[in-house]
Amino acid sequence: MKGDPADLTIAAAAAAMRAGELSATALLDAVRRRAAATEAQLHAYLTLDFEGAERAAAAADAAFARGEDPGPLAGIPVAVKDNMCTRGMETTCGSRILSGYHPPYDATAVARLRAAGAVVIGKTNMDEFAMGSSTENSAYGPTRNPWDPERVPGGSSGGSAAAVAAGSALGALGSDTGGSIRQPASLCGVVGLKPTYGLVSRYGLVAFASSLDQIGPFARTVTDAATLFEAVAGYDPSDATSYRGPVPEVRPGLEAGPAGLRVGVIAELAGEGNEPAVLAAFARMLEALQGAGAEVRQLSLPSMPYALDAYYLIAPAECSANLARFDGVRYGLRLPGDTVEEMMAASRRDGFGPEVTRRILLGTYALSAGYYEAFYGRAQKVRTRVIEDFARAYKEVDVLVVPTSPTTAFRMGERTEDPLAMYLADVGTIPCNLGGGPGISVPVGLDRWGLPIGFQVLAPPLGEAALLRAARAVEALAGFSARPALATSGVS
Amino acid sequence: MRWIVRPSWPGCPAAPPRGPQLAPGTILGVPVDIDIAKVARLARLALTPEEMERYGAQLGAILEHAVSLQALDIEGVPPTAHPLPMLNALRPDEVEETLDREEVLSQAPDREGPYFRVPPFLEEA
Amino acid sequence: MGYEAVIGVETHVEVATLSKMFCGCPNGFGAEPNTHICPVCLGLPGALPVPNARAIEATVSLGLALGAEIAPRSLFHRKNYFYADLPKNYQISQFDLPLCRGGHLDLETETGVCRVGLTRVHLEEDTGKSTHLGESGRIRAAEAVLLDFNRSGVPLMEVVSEPDLRSPEEARAYAAELRSLIVALGISEARLEEGQMRFDANVSIRPEGSSALGTKVEIKNMNSLRSLQRALAFEVERQTALLEASREVEQETRHWDEAAGVTRAGRSKEESSDYRYFPEPDLVPVTLETALLERLRAALPELPAQRRARYRALGLDPDAARLIAEGEGYGDVLDAAVAAGAEARAAALWLTGEVTAHLRRVGMPLAATPLTGAHLADLDALVAAGRLSATAAKEVLTGVLAGEGAPEEVAARRDLIQISDEGVLAAAVAEVLAAHPDELARLRAGEQRLVGFLVGKVMQATGGKADPRRVSEAIRRAAQ
Repeated sequence: MKGDPADLTIAAAAAAMRAGELSATALLDAVRRRAAATEAQLHAYLTLDFEGAERAAAAADAAFARGEDPGPLAGIPVAVKDNMCTRGMETTCGSRILSGYHPPYDATAVARLRAAGAVVIGKTNMDEFAMGSSTENSAYGPTRNPWDPERVPGGSSGGSAAAVAAGSALGALGSDTGGSIRQPASLCGVVGLKPTYGLVSRYGLVAFASSLDQIGPFARTVTDAATLFEAVAGYDPSDATSYRGPVPEVRPGLEAGPAGLRVGVIAELAGEGNEPAVLAAFARMLEALQGAGAEVRQLSLPSMPYALDAYYLIAPAECSANLARFDGVRYGLRLPGDTVEEMMAASRRDGFGPEVTRRILLGTYALSAGYYEAFYGRAQKVRTRVIEDFARAYKEVDVLVVPTSPTTAFRMGERTEDPLAMYLADVGTIPCNLGGGPGISVPVGLDRWGLPIGFQVLAPPLGEAALLRAARAVEALAGFSARPALATSGVS
Repeated sequence: MRWIVRPSWPGCPAAPPRGPQLAPGTILGVPVDIDIAKVARLARLALTPEEMERYGAQLGAILEHAVSLQALDIEGVPPTAHPLPMLNALRPDEVEETLDREEVLSQAPDREGPYFRVPPFLEEA
Repeated sequence: MGYEAVIGVETHVEVATLSKMFCGCPNGFGAEPNTHICPVCLGLPGALPVPNARAIEATVSLGLALGAEIAPRSLFHRKNYFYADLPKNYQISQFDLPLCRGGHLDLETETGVCRVGLTRVHLEEDTGKSTHLGESGRIRAAEAVLLDFNRSGVPLMEVVSEPDLRSPEEARAYAAELRSLIVALGISEARLEEGQMRFDANVSIRPEGSSALGTKVEIKNMNSLRSLQRALAFEVERQTALLEASREVEQETRHWDEAAGVTRAGRSKEESSDYRYFPEPDLVPVTLETALLERLRAALPELPAQRRARYRALGLDPDAARLIAEGEGYGDVLDAAVAAGAEARAAALWLTGEVTAHLRRVGMPLAATPLTGAHLADLDALVAAGRLSATAAKEVLTGVLAGEGAPEEVAARRDLIQISDEGVLAAAVAEVLAAHPDELARLRAGEQRLVGFLVGKVMQATGGKADPRRVSEAIRRAAQ
């Protein structure tokens, strides 16, 4: 067993454990050392629970010793974004308003990870209530990009992306409402998957925008992402928006390769709005795909430029209602007040950060009397157009491709003064949240500052098979194997 | 209202096409006068006057983007509430396990015996 | 100038399901505080609602019974407002696509049938309960408020009437009839004292003959049929006095103060809420297919109006028909009695008279007594055969209710059986007539009042056991 186990993929670690070359306890130990070496700089985690993790690792080892196979994730150290409820473990959503909050139940996705034998090591940092694209909106301080600590890891699932990139977790769960898995995956050089809306239960995911939120995995390879996806996907009767049909089978066609794959480039999103390095890497991958036998063509989806604006009306509207429950009555931060109304207003003002406050105000306004039709109502109609455009495109192609993020990782503080600048980071990822289909970001190269570039594949709803086949093909063609210096030095 | 100038950082995506010129003070034909104090009250956010001015301006800027939505033809288009056409997700009328009261109340900022405790309501104070 | 009242009533009914509207917590009254709770009905972060199918079916059933139009596709909406007993600070309710629209409820009045139009019936979730600490009982000067979320999430049906009611009495009758219907359908026990059924009303007045609507005032906090009527009566008078003094009625929400017998202004006008309704994104639409509607329609029990009509057809007067139809268990007992051969009106009379008086005395419901329809049929047969006088029958009935056994048994034990045998009676009459020839002669001569005297003698001779009616007949016959 050479190399640091913290740098193993889930597949390799699982094989090593079954071959008796590695124990879950030793793997956890390696990850723990990596976390110790990197956390001071990265701040990917808000809560680390090595006691609980040790128990889970010991249980996995005991099961292996008995000759049992406890599941595909047995003994694998994973991290969970801090907006998913973990019973008895602090869950803050990156906000002061939930400081010290311990949920009395596990999110379904977390319960399924545990049932698959995963070793949950802790909760990762995030933009407050999943609102942001840089993890600078966390009330507990930002997470830094493992490739360059002066830069952001992306957001809102920045902590999960950074942990996987750094090797302080072999896999992680994040949530994606407008790109919050894919964009940080792109900026941190890891794989990030947002499944079809409804395939992963939202029960226990603290809601941001209910019709857009999805839980999904981070990993260093497409195959690993598939493993995590399979462990958490599937119907949950506790979630009325949960898809009742079978989970798409992604294994059979995973290695089928790019030959014969019909690939569409979304013209409106793959052009001059992207940084030159991003466009160059994107174009290189398109050529590689074509060279390997894929059919690549450009398609126009006219509603794409409007998706961002529609999103920034739908998401705040839904979130303004979803965050109303944080009022200091039953849990969370409470400031004193002479009346309960005063108490609520003071607690909320103090507990929410500026971005969250902004979106609550925007959403409240967009839904208020006289404005519903003009704003929210209209945005929902634009959403229909987006869905129609996707449906029409998928008649001609199997997958659509677009750069994940228009830029590589930007500097900390660069966009915090201007909310609009921050919002524009999501222009490539938002459409598929509106459309409901799955999306994945695969790292394909580095720019001249050594910052990762992500390549995004989109597929129709329930099209995970085609999505992962294409992603795997891109991954193979890109041959991206770079690791951030932080992950290999072991020195903080 | 002070509009924030559209940013021009390297690689900024091209702005989406603008819709027809609308009357000043309107967005999508609706007269807009953001009463930020009223919005903050509706949302139970005790903002300071300085905060209200700041957020009010930012809201205006963001909503200006909504103007672009006017350019897209949505005549006769039905709204979409859910991306996947799901219907009738119901549950049978069966009793399930409840939470342990102590575990729940342990998270309460203030409690009295088996109850959650809050300051008086506005109408009685 | 005469004014007429224009009244609409909004009724909230807690649906008697086993579990709550959006979660599996038990739906029941009187449990220890905060024990019927889960992430969903507590509004914990990450919780999600899933609708109770039975609550939806109950609402559709009510709509069918009211002749309403059932929406083929219905949506839940979020009604957004902040309140400490509303855990999510929004209520999952319905807005522009409710389960039922339109419909009507017919009231039987002395002047005929009054049809009250309905606007809609929809489904939503109830809130938690707040208890205000402070000086005992008084809402004002509370120091703190205690919250119990057991009731949070209980399914709540809302029935909205058109403003078709024209008097407080009519409004009360409407509320009572709606309650009967809801109870008959098994939707709720609708116990007003437990808050299972609550009323709000909208009241305006306008000059008689006018078709324009006056300014509407909303009245809240009427928790019994009586307070509904009293509150409306007060409000109509208050508004009339204002208009007669050439002042205006303000559009507002007022609360009924039961103790003081007045409505009081509530919160100020500017608090009128902007609920920012939007479709609930955590739920998907409900579609109601024809097959389901047919099944629910076929399963509807006999409705109160139908039952009352059936009893009237059996010969009962309208008041008796109503009392029997509404009395808990009365209808079933009457139906059994009639099936066993009893005369409907006689059986009904016993039920509304003696039985009701007895139940009130002992404080029990009918179901707790051993009385059956068969008993009433037996009793009726005994009276028809002349073996029991009307008075004796009542006594026997009391005995049956008290558990002394079947009518024949009770009558025998209490020695109430009359002599009805023709021969025995004839003999007794003959004996008495023979012993009183003068009286007989005077009777024959026209002194009718002597019948009573002679009947009395026969009663004496038979130890009170003769059927006085028959004896009287026999004496009259003999006097011809």
